[in-house]
Amino acid sequence: MAIDILMPALSPTMEEGTLAKWLVKPGDVVKSGQVIAEIETDKATMEVEAVDEGAVLELLVAAGAQGVKVNSIIARLQGEGGAPAPKPAGDGGQKPAPASAPVAPTASTAPALSAARAYGAQFPAGVETAPTTIRDALRDAMAEEMRRDPTVFVMGEEVAEYQGAYKVTRGLLQEFGARRVVDTPITEHGFAGLAVGAAFGGLRPIVEFMTMNFAMQAIDHLINSAAKTLYMSGGQMGCPIVFRGPNAAAARVGAQHSQDFSSWYSHVPGLKVIAPYDAADAKGLLKAAIRDPNPVVFLEHELLYGESFPVPIDADWIVPIGQALVRREGTDVTITAHSRMVGFALKAAEELAQAGISAEVVDLRTLRPLDTATILASVRKTHRLVTAEEGWGQSGIGAEIAARVVAEAFDDLDAPPARVFQKDVPLPYAANLERLSLPQAADIVAAAKAVCYK
Amino acid sequence: MPDQAAAAIGKTDLLRFYRDMLLIRRFEERAGQLYGMGLIAGFCHLYIGQEAVVVGMQACLVEGDQVITGYRDHGHMLACGMESRGVMAELTGRAGGYSRGKGGSMHMFSREKNFFGGHGIVGAQVPIGAGLAFANAYLGKKNVSLAYFGDGAANQGQVYEAFNMAALWKLPVVFIIENNQYAMGTSVARASAETHLHRRGSGFGIPGVEVDGMSVLAVREAGAKAVAHARNGEGPVLLEMKTYRYRGHSMSDPAKYRTREEVDAMREQHDPIEMLRNIILDGGHASEDEFKAIDREIKDIVADAAQFAQDSPEPDPAELWTDVLIETDAR
Repeated sequence: MAIDILMPALSPTMEEGTLAKWLVKPGDVVKSGQVIAEIETDKATMEVEAVDEGAVLELLVAAGAQGVKVNSIIARLQGEGGAPAPKPAGDGGQKPAPASAPVAPTASTAPALSAARAYGAQFPAGVETAPTTIRDALRDAMAEEMRRDPTVFVMGEEVAEYQGAYKVTRGLLQEFGARRVVDTPITEHGFAGLAVGAAFGGLRPIVEFMTMNFAMQAIDHLINSAAKTLYMSGGQMGCPIVFRGPNAAAARVGAQHSQDFSSWYSHVPGLKVIAPYDAADAKGLLKAAIRDPNPVVFLEHELLYGESFPVPIDADWIVPIGQALVRREGTDVTITAHSRMVGFALKAAEELAQAGISAEVVDLRTLRPLDTATILASVRKTHRLVTAEEGWGQSGIGAEIAARVVAEAFDDLDAPPARVFQKDVPLPYAANLERLSLPQAADIVAAAKAVCYK
Repeated sequence: MPDQAAAAIGKTDLLRFYRDMLLIRRFEERAGQLYGMGLIAGFCHLYIGQEAVVVGMQACLVEGDQVITGYRDHGHMLACGMESRGVMAELTGRAGGYSRGKGGSMHMFSREKNFFGGHGIVGAQVPIGAGLAFANAYLGKKNVSLAYFGDGAANQGQVYEAFNMAALWKLPVVFIIENNQYAMGTSVARASAETHLHRRGSGFGIPGVEVDGMSVLAVREAGAKAVAHARNGEGPVLLEMKTYRYRGHSMSDPAKYRTREEVDAMREQHDPIEMLRNIILDGGHASEDEFKAIDREIKDIVADAAQFAQDSPEPDPAELWTDVLIETDAR
């Protein structure tokens, strides 16, 4: 009886990967726990261990094959009760994907420039770009700023030897050495305070939190030490520091690892808070954050790390902090969003267009200072507002935007603002419940139709 | 052997220690008075009784060395050479204060004097102090940072996170526990499983020393060794200064958790200023007249500071909005 060996997932968000190397060949007898292959994604390499015992019948995916889908069959074993029966070489059997014919690598997922127009990239036509993942855009931003300024350094858990828990700091240790790429113990409170002290002492630290959830251990230093000291010192004690890491829900990691802290940090004077959507913004805004003389909280999104977008090929590509971007123009309703929800808002706008509603999508990009002017200008044009965010609604980003719009553009509104946000519960683990809890594009569509009375 | 130690230090430094301790004592007494008059508000934690610690440690530093401490910080600022006028005017919340009236008792800083606060969250200054040392090492400076904290802060988790990293990376920092026996109203024995606080670094391989924090000469001697150790790249040292505060935790503390006799015994038998004065007189290093001259000088400085702190205007209402962020060009 043949046993199928499937392509494993290295993480909850992995959809495909590269089969880097086979360590067995047809005819070999493998034992449970034996390493039979190495697979890798753009952020990790892992060994595949056999779960069952038996002889290898055939390898269905060649070493080096890219874009192998999770759960596709990569090999077959002869299970118990059957004699080892390796296929002879040159066998012309009915193998669905013979080892000699590797699965074709998937084409780059990077959209072409025309596609960039579709999601409202902010650079003018004609600027030379390269498709870049958000992960690499962030890395490039740090590397470029570290080349430019010797006082810039990065510290955090697993940022150096391990190359980053999400591989955002990949290659930095090799280029800049252990003095400037500093692995810390798992002590968020302590190393955040230490980094603040280093900033007071003349350096420009970039602090990576493995996820922003863990920054709750350190939030006293972000607020009381970093954000308030300039004011408390009458302007003497600037704190040029960037706190960055993945924020909000990942996939199936449960309530403690899935919180959106956008509104928490945006509440605090003395901080700047950034939450980019695409790779060009991720790079340009992170560079601006590193150069900024103030403490900046930079909220990334794990589910966007692997997505590619065009990024200008320009070491001085900087996106100014504090400016929202109209990613799609429209006339009937304004949708505000930040981070991953921008993608949902753009998808919703497509669907709304099919229904005859012209939606304008405003990517907030910076949450503090919030670009109220751009939001108001849009609402004065569309007369309707939908806010979308991944976090909870109470005291949320949408609540703040709605309050500002009502206060300053009340007479321009043709409907009460509508807010889309996460259900008011800790994020559940079960796949169906998690999906129900998180805002989807359909929720934005429904909210937009409601404010348009359609 | 205080006599020999005193002789080795010499008259000039002995009188300077006396003067600096007396300045703190008289400054704090005046601050307490101004508080009683309603000119100082909020939290005000007086340093009276602990003067030998900061004066002895400051004598071990060189240009560029940094100091950070918690909220009982007036003595540290004066020891660092910050102006008594600016400190007192900050206490009264006036424009002439070090933070232009926006910080208060617990939040004063001086880049010029390398004083990094003044921190109101118990223990948070410890990793920040380690970070100052990290910056010194990163920049290749031979400077050392001093991170002061109390016996109460010694139980905070982040203190041990900082110990771990400082020892791991051999940071040039000296951790100084000012053990004044009471964390607000809780004695060390009621809050700490291990009351010998200088042992608290042993799990990280940090050498710890117990020091008579009422003796400025003992503090200076232990401090010099610790600072040299850190400056030589051998990593952090932990000094436990056994000291005592005469006043309550803050101005609103009636100090019912200890007896009048306990406080009086400390004042009469272990007062750091009186003890040094006796050493100087017994050793024939200075005369009564010289002490009188110093007393007069200090009295004038403190009176001037108090007057300045009352005459200085309140901050301009426009100050409400300044110093939230450093202004940048469109970023």
